[in-house]
Amino acid sequence: MSVMVVRKKVTRKWEKLPGRNTFCCDGRVMMARQKGIFYLTLFLILGTCTLFFAFECRYLAVQLSPAIPVFAAVLFLFSMATLLRTSFSDPGVIPRALPDEAAFIEMEIEATNGTVPQGQRPPPRIKNFQINNQIVKLKYCYTCKIFRPPRASHCSICDNCVERFDHHCPWVGNCVGKRNYRYFYLFILSLSLLTIYVFTFNIVYVALKSLKIGFLETLKETPGTVLEVLICFFTLWSVVGLTGFHTFLVALNQTTNEDIKGSWTGKNRVQNPYSHGNILKNCCEVLCGPLPPSVLDRRGILPLEESGTRPSSTQEASSSPFPQSPVVPTEPLSSNELPLKAYAPEEMQSSAVAQQSPESPETPQEASGAEN
Amino acid sequence: SGHNLQELRRSASLATKVFVQRDYSDGTICQFQTKFPPELDSRIERQLFEETVKTLNNFYAEAEKIGGSSYLEGCLACATAYFIFLCMETHYEKVLKKISRYIQEQNEKIFAPRGLLLTDPVERGMRVIEISIYEDRCSSGSASSGSSSSSGSSSGGGGGAGGR
Repeated sequence: MSVMVVRKKVTRKWEKLPGRNTFCCDGRVMMARQKGIFYLTLFLILGTCTLFFAFECRYLAVQLSPAIPVFAAVLFLFSMATLLRTSFSDPGVIPRALPDEAAFIEMEIEATNGTVPQGQRPPPRIKNFQINNQIVKLKYCYTCKIFRPPRASHCSICDNCVERFDHHCPWVGNCVGKRNYRYFYLFILSLSLLTIYVFTFNIVYVALKSLKIGFLETLKETPGTVLEVLICFFTLWSVVGLTGFHTFLVALNQTTNEDIKGSWTGKNRVQNPYSHGNILKNCCEVLCGPLPPSVLDRRGILPLEESGTRPSSTQEASSSPFPQSPVVPTEPLSSNELPLKAYAPEEMQSSAVAQQSPESPETPQEASGAEN
Repeated sequence: SGHNLQELRRSASLATKVFVQRDYSDGTICQFQTKFPPELDSRIERQLFEETVKTLNNFYAEAEKIGGSSYLEGCLACATAYFIFLCMETHYEKVLKKISRYIQEQNEKIFAPRGLLLTDPVERGMRVIEISIYEDRCSSGSASSGSSSSSGSSSGGGGGAGGR
């Protein structure tokens, strides 16, 4: 079999993912569509810290101790690292059901509930499950065509179901869910510490320098100080408060979503079945528990349609005796599952390897439409 | 080797798919229902199927186990501002690879000879275990059905067509 190594562009799965996400670096980075406020966050942190290092640190390092800029740098780097991790990683998106699976579930539901006459909206589909001796209901997601696992929720901004959905944070430009909650928490924690640190040392700087040259002269020499103090002041009230709130949530193993909906509070409601009852255990599980990898497989390669063969849908429909939905090209492949269409996997890999050129530029690329 | 799988592809066509759902009775950890799907009744022994699912459940429980080693990994990763994930594989990922190998093994040894194929749940977002049921195209007792029923205990001697 002749293998033509053509440098054709390989289509990766992220380009065809439904949902309103933006992907960068050829699928390595995943964010929400609206990124404006995220850029503001970046700008504020970078700007404030740059001013701090450029002006106050130089004076304080000499007058007090060189450890001051060192600690500031550590805090700054840690909060930037956790911010980028939160913003760029998959929060725990549950991929949508493929047509076969969706049809199977629909059949099951119809078998349980009976068919709904045409024109009527079907009732909300709920399944009951028992967790740790308590009944927990599973809701059916009409968009993703799956029964949502407990604690999962559908984010309307990103149009995805996310596991252990906490909230959608515009400041980080992403949802906060199972996979990136710990990064989010460490980000707001380190940002709080950084803000307090910068605020304190700005005051110290102004105090020290004012003793020598007077208050107004100090402000005239480094006008950036005023800006820094203002930014830190407002940030303190919001971020420190948020950190306190999330510390409370972590200690009780709750999500923001559950807290807002009041899932576990109130007289007639069940107790939180996910809490271990022990604050330390809850903290350990949420912050240092095992981290499941992303199941989205953004960088997997989509199979190419061979030119000349008809689309696989007609092939499938004719050969199978069952009225099945056709195998769409976006169905993920595995090493176990040999493709039913005739294509040479070796050809694909050699062309993928041949493509040494850098992937798409750093500018964000829009995921191709929400295939809803 | 994948000879059995290749033969399956050439001689069989996809009849239908069965989806084994998640079992949430123990919380949000990844477990699958061991309830035997009726569509597989004529294809595979109940015990074999249940054993496979139970082994998979054990693997997932191992991956998500909260204990000393997982805390250590978490704290170490945190101390390096999670840069260590750029060069190290997490415990979870290692177990997922084991699961992948196990499923491939099971497919080759047990499922393909019975005209079935298991799909790794990781490729279905950990929502379901997808089991594809194949029908033999050649209805008369030809070579394909002869070589596929290795154990001889599977039902349907002549004509490997499925139960439907």
